[in-house]
Amino acid sequence: MAKTLAEKILSHKSGLDARAGDIVVAQVDLAFVQDTTGPLTLREFEAGGFDQLADKERTILFLDHAAPSPNQQLSTDHILLRRFAEKRGCLLSDVGQGVCHQIVAESFARPGDIVVGADSHTVTAGALGAFATGMGSSDIAVAFALGKTWFRVPETIRVVTSGSFQKGVYAKDLILHLIGQIGADGATYKALEFGGDAVDLMPISDRLTIANMSVEAGAKAGLFAADDLTRDYLTKQERGNDYQPIAPDNDASYQKTIDIDAVGLEPTVSRPHSVDNTALARELEGTRIQQVFIGTCTNGRLEDLAVAASILKGKKRHPQTRLIVAPASRKVLLEAIETGYIKTLVEAEAVIISPGCGACLGLHQGVLGDGEACLSTANRNFKGRMGNPEAFIYLASPATAAATAITGRITDPREVL
Amino acid sequence: MLEGRVFKFGDNISTDHIVPGRLAHLRSNLPELAKHVLEDADATFASRVNLGDFLVAGVNFGLGSSREHAAMVIKMAGMSAVLAKSVARIFFRNAINLGLPVLICDTDGIDDGDELHIDLAAGTIRDITNGSQLTFKKIPEIMLRILDEGGLMPYIKKYGDFKL
Repeated sequence: MAKTLAEKILSHKSGLDARAGDIVVAQVDLAFVQDTTGPLTLREFEAGGFDQLADKERTILFLDHAAPSPNQQLSTDHILLRRFAEKRGCLLSDVGQGVCHQIVAESFARPGDIVVGADSHTVTAGALGAFATGMGSSDIAVAFALGKTWFRVPETIRVVTSGSFQKGVYAKDLILHLIGQIGADGATYKALEFGGDAVDLMPISDRLTIANMSVEAGAKAGLFAADDLTRDYLTKQERGNDYQPIAPDNDASYQKTIDIDAVGLEPTVSRPHSVDNTALARELEGTRIQQVFIGTCTNGRLEDLAVAASILKGKKRHPQTRLIVAPASRKVLLEAIETGYIKTLVEAEAVIISPGCGACLGLHQGVLGDGEACLSTANRNFKGRMGNPEAFIYLASPATAAATAITGRITDPREVL
Repeated sequence: MLEGRVFKFGDNISTDHIVPGRLAHLRSNLPELAKHVLEDADATFASRVNLGDFLVAGVNFGLGSSREHAAMVIKMAGMSAVLAKSVARIFFRNAINLGLPVLICDTDGIDDGDELHIDLAAGTIRDITNGSQLTFKKIPEIMLRILDEGGLMPYIKKYGDFKL
């Protein structure tokens, strides 16, 4: 019987003929936590009385959400994570290495893997053809110990994108458009599987952006086939051997198919306070923005900084608009230094912060003031998300963010390209 | 039989409403964190709830982060169950893993302050205030077994593995 990507991977890892709706126990290839979910996970692991980790080399503790730490409590949580890694022999990604999902993509996730993380944006690794999903601390504590977990095999919604993007339109606009169409619960408990000729040509950096935001429609996973572009990406990361092709079967059974014409897309923005509250950038022109934030697991990659730098080259941020840039990883930061993007951004008066989650979740490095509005390249604009329930968050592409930084008002990037 | 009073919330209550990221420094101090439960949706909630009360919401309750602390502080506040028209996937799993029942049902007819009697085994919800009776969606078997043991960690301690 023909299978979706989710059914294929869950069948392989459970040893069963897994079909949508089945409950299976499957082997986990990679399990991780970050510094705001990790302490609870590790306490549950210790309280559970487990002897050891199922696979030390595939267990990772990331210090990225509060990196470097802004206060004594989080610094003490960091000590807990470092000591656990030392005692148990698992991997530790310390302050400054970058956002967990970026590092998982660069160095760990493989096509066909099952990846679980105590972070909802674990879905990002679906861009490489891995079944990757977020869970809570208890589930990850058990996955650490047993090397497996249970899944309900999800029904799949196939999203077919054809044609090519207009100038100024990016993968971020596609995923914001989709979430605006189906809603913030449009794919709850389901997998989103992306295909079509626009996706076949789409670089991995863009696939990561789309997979990352699939959870904003409620999805359990956001999946892409692993193809030649996946192989090239893994080879560039010096792990070409991790590549294996994986694709859904042609006659797999989908709950529904959504067709998107890439040519018809325009720069899109999510308005406060929900991701599915979308509008076109041009419809919001004039909206004053006090802070622009470029970075995160959604849009903090080299390709994103390249787009921002190309728009900001020779220009400066608007005097009433702060510009904060957080490269997604140390590797991205180094490459952005070598390519000159960092110099361009600093000349445009951007503040460059350490690789990590930065201002995204309201801990530090760009907390908003009362009544302020931020245009961010991140994935979430819930009330209170950036540290202040009295603030307003708009989500958009790095191009829209860079254009907005120049004018101080939400700006369609096609005006400056 | 669970008996308690309803605290009614609307649609799309996110994990940032329940425990915002700005309070991440309190996650290793759960009693302190629990004092802020749902603060950004209703600042008076934590001071008004009683042991055994019910949190009732609309669609997509608990969307957003994987932070298990969201389900944890709702349980710590004394809530004996969460009722909603739909619940985000990770929150659903987290709540069950902590032994907090999550019941999917049509909550439109339930008002703030109503008195409910819930029979988990029979699958019925009685609204004593307005006299109506509701049923809730069947919880998958594996989750029921985890719930029966009081959560995932007690379940794994007992069985040592997942039993399908």
